[in-house]
Amino acid sequence: MKFKTFAAFVGPSLVMMLVFIAFPLVSVFMQSFYVTQPVFEQVEIESCTPGFPNPTCVTEVKSQPVIGDDGKMISETRFSGLESYRNVLELDRVKAAIGNGSWSELMNIDFWKALRFTLTFTLLTLPLVLVVGLGIALAVNNAVKSLRGPVIFISLLPFIITPVIGGLSIRWLFIGDGILTAAMEWWTGTNISMFAQAWTIEAMMMFYRVWHVAPFAFVIFYAGLQTVNQDTLESAIIDGANRWERLRFVIVPHLMPLIVFIALIHLMDCYRVFEEIVAFSSQSHVISLQWLTYDFLTPDDAGNRAISRASATAMLTMVGIVILLIYPLKRTWRDHKGSH
Amino acid sequence: MNFKTLILAGAVSVAATGGYASCAYENKTPISMLAAGFEAWKAVADAMGECGNFNAELDQEFRTKQPAAFAATPALYQIGGVSNGTITPLLNEGTIRPLDDLVEKYGQHLSPNQLIRIDGKVMAIAMMVNTQNLQYRRDILEELQIPVPQTWDEVLEAAAKIQEAGAVDYPLGATMKSGWNLALDFINMFYGYGGALVDDDNMPTVNTEAGVKALETMQAMTEFMDPEYLVSDSTYVQQQFQQSKIAMANLWASRAGASDDEAESQVVGLVNSTAAPRTLEGGAPATTIWWDGAVIAKNITDEEAEAAFQLIVEGMDTEMVTANNEAAIWLIPGYEPTRLAEGAIETLQAQPPAASYPSTSAMGLMHTAAGNNVSRFLTGSADAETTLKAIEDDYLVSAKEAGLISN
Repeated sequence: MKFKTFAAFVGPSLVMMLVFIAFPLVSVFMQSFYVTQPVFEQVEIESCTPGFPNPTCVTEVKSQPVIGDDGKMISETRFSGLESYRNVLELDRVKAAIGNGSWSELMNIDFWKALRFTLTFTLLTLPLVLVVGLGIALAVNNAVKSLRGPVIFISLLPFIITPVIGGLSIRWLFIGDGILTAAMEWWTGTNISMFAQAWTIEAMMMFYRVWHVAPFAFVIFYAGLQTVNQDTLESAIIDGANRWERLRFVIVPHLMPLIVFIALIHLMDCYRVFEEIVAFSSQSHVISLQWLTYDFLTPDDAGNRAISRASATAMLTMVGIVILLIYPLKRTWRDHKGSH
Repeated sequence: MNFKTLILAGAVSVAATGGYASCAYENKTPISMLAAGFEAWKAVADAMGECGNFNAELDQEFRTKQPAAFAATPALYQIGGVSNGTITPLLNEGTIRPLDDLVEKYGQHLSPNQLIRIDGKVMAIAMMVNTQNLQYRRDILEELQIPVPQTWDEVLEAAAKIQEAGAVDYPLGATMKSGWNLALDFINMFYGYGGALVDDDNMPTVNTEAGVKALETMQAMTEFMDPEYLVSDSTYVQQQFQQSKIAMANLWASRAGASDDEAESQVVGLVNSTAAPRTLEGGAPATTIWWDGAVIAKNITDEEAEAAFQLIVEGMDTEMVTANNEAAIWLIPGYEPTRLAEGAIETLQAQPPAASYPSTSAMGLMHTAAGNNVSRFLTGSADAETTLKAIEDDYLVSAKEAGLISN
C-alpha cells in the first residue's frame, strides 16, 4: 500500500485517538500530581433553622471558601508530587499490617481490598469464560443444522443485555426473599441470605459476568471451529484418537490464537469491573478499583470531590492492566514473529 | 408533525390541565426548578405549575446536578429544591441569592420557621421538616404488654421480647444500606451519645467514647435485624413494615404514611410513631433534624428572581398544604398533624433538642468517611477503635485534599 493511501486510512482514527484518548490520559496523569483546593476562611456564623415552636438559632465557627470579586470561589493549585498516590496506596498501613501478619488489617485498606477483589474476579472468571464459551461453541457445532440458528440466538441474548440491567435482574432474583433465594430456601429448608456476606455476593458477581461474557467467547470460538482442518481431524480419527484427544491435540492448538485473543479482551474488561458493584450495591463487602475511582469522583452533599486521588487510582488501574497484559501480549508477539 | 408542534401541543395540554384555576395570578416569566423527587416536592411543583410558564425537574440525582447547574451563567434553573445537607455547595460557591428584600415584598405571611437564615440573611424558604422517629406496631407491643420504648436500651429489650414471641420475622428494621444511609445512622447515634464529629479547626473527634458506644449500639441492633441490612434503604424498611416483617424501626417521618397506604400495606392503621429514641437518660433524641426548602439562583435577572419568589410563595401556600396534608410535616400555616406525624413532632419538641444536620464542608467529608468504614465494624472485620481510627484517617486525607486543614 502506498504511504499516502495508508495515511489517508489511518489518519482520521489516529487523530481521534489523540484527541479522545491520549490527551485526556496525559491530563489525568498530570492531575494526579497536583491538588486544586478552595481557599477557606474561618468565620463565626449565626444560622437559624426550623424548630418547634420557634426557630433555633446557633452561632458556630464554620470554614467557608473565600469568594473572589468575580463571584467565584478562589482556588489554588499546588504541586503535590506523589502525595495522592501515597494517600491511595497507604503504604504505612500496609507495612504495619504485614508486620502484624494480619490479612484482615490489610483488607481494611480500600485500595488493597479493591485490588484483591479485582484480581480474584479477573483471574477466576477468565478460565470459566473460556471453558463455557468453548463448550457452547462445540455443542452448537455438533447440533443438528436446523437447531443451530435458534441456539445461537438464545446463547447470544445475555451479551445483548445492558450490563447494569443484567446485574440488577440477578440482584432482584436473589435479594431478600427473591424468587431464586426463596426456591433455594424451599429446597434446602434453611434460611438463606445471599446479600449478607461477601463470598455469596462475589460468587453471584462472577456467575453474572461469566453468563454475560461467555456468548462473546462462544461467537469467536464458533467462527474458529469452522476453519478446523477436516483432513487433520479425520486422520486423527483413523489414528484412533478419541473425542477428548481430538479436542486436546487438534482443536485447541488450532484455536490457540483465538484463546489468547479472548483472554486479552477479557483481562482488559474484567480489570475494570464496575457495573457489578453498583448493581449489587456491594460497597460494604466488596469494592473494585474502578469503583474506587468513581467513588472519589462522586461529590458528597457538601460538593467535595477528590479529583487528585481519583486520577491517581485511574493511573494505577491502567498500570495494573498493562502488567496483566504483558504475558498474553508477549505470546501473541512471539506467534506473530513465528508465522513469518 | 414536527418537533416544534409536538412541544407546543404538550405545552397547551399542560396549560389546559392546570387552567390557572387555583393560582392567584398568571406567571409571565418562564421559570424552572430542580428539586428532589419525593411526594412533597411533587405537591409543591403541581401548585406552582398552576400559575403557568413553570417547568419542574424532580430528580433524585439533583444533588450532583445542582452545583454545576447553578454555577452556570445564566443559571440553568431559577429555583432549586435543597435540604440542609445539599444547600452547602450552593452556599460555598455563592450561587444562590439572599431573599430578604423579596421576603419583605411578597412573603410577609411566611412563618418565621420557614425563613432559613445564614449569617443573618434569609437564604432559603423552608417548607417541611423531616427527621427519623420510632415507628412501631401498636398491636404487637400491646399484645406483648411492652410499653412504647423511649430509649435505645428499651428498644433492644422490646426487640428481644418480640423475637422470643416470634411475632414477626425480624423485630427491628433500620436504614443501614452501606454508604450514605449507614453513615447517617451512625451520625445520629453518635450525636445521641453527645459526641461532636469535628472541632472548630475541622480536626476529627470521632474516635471517642461516644463513637465506640454508637457502634456498639448499632451492632446490638443488627442482632434483631434482617441479616441483609447492609442493602436496606428507606424503601426497603418501608416495605418490611408494609409486609408485616418487622415490628419497629427508627425511620424517616416522611415514610410513615406508607404503612397506611391501603393499596400496598397489610398493616393499615397498626403502625404508630413516637419520638426518636434517646441513648442517654435525659439526653437529646439520637437523630438529626432536616428541612427541605427552596433557594433562588444568583446568576439570573432580578425580574426572574422576583417571578421565582412569587411562585415559591404561591406553591407553598395553605391551599396546597390542605390538599396534601399527609405528604410531609409541613412548616406552612394550615398544617394539621396526623396520627403518623406524632412521632416526628415529639422528636422536634424534645428537650434538649436534637441537632440539626450541619451544613458544612467538613460534614460532607465526614459523612463519606463514616459511610465507607462503619460496615467494617458491623461485618466484624475490624474492632471499634480500628473502625473509628479509619474514619478519622479517611477524613484527614480528604480534608487535606479539600484544603479544609493544612498539611
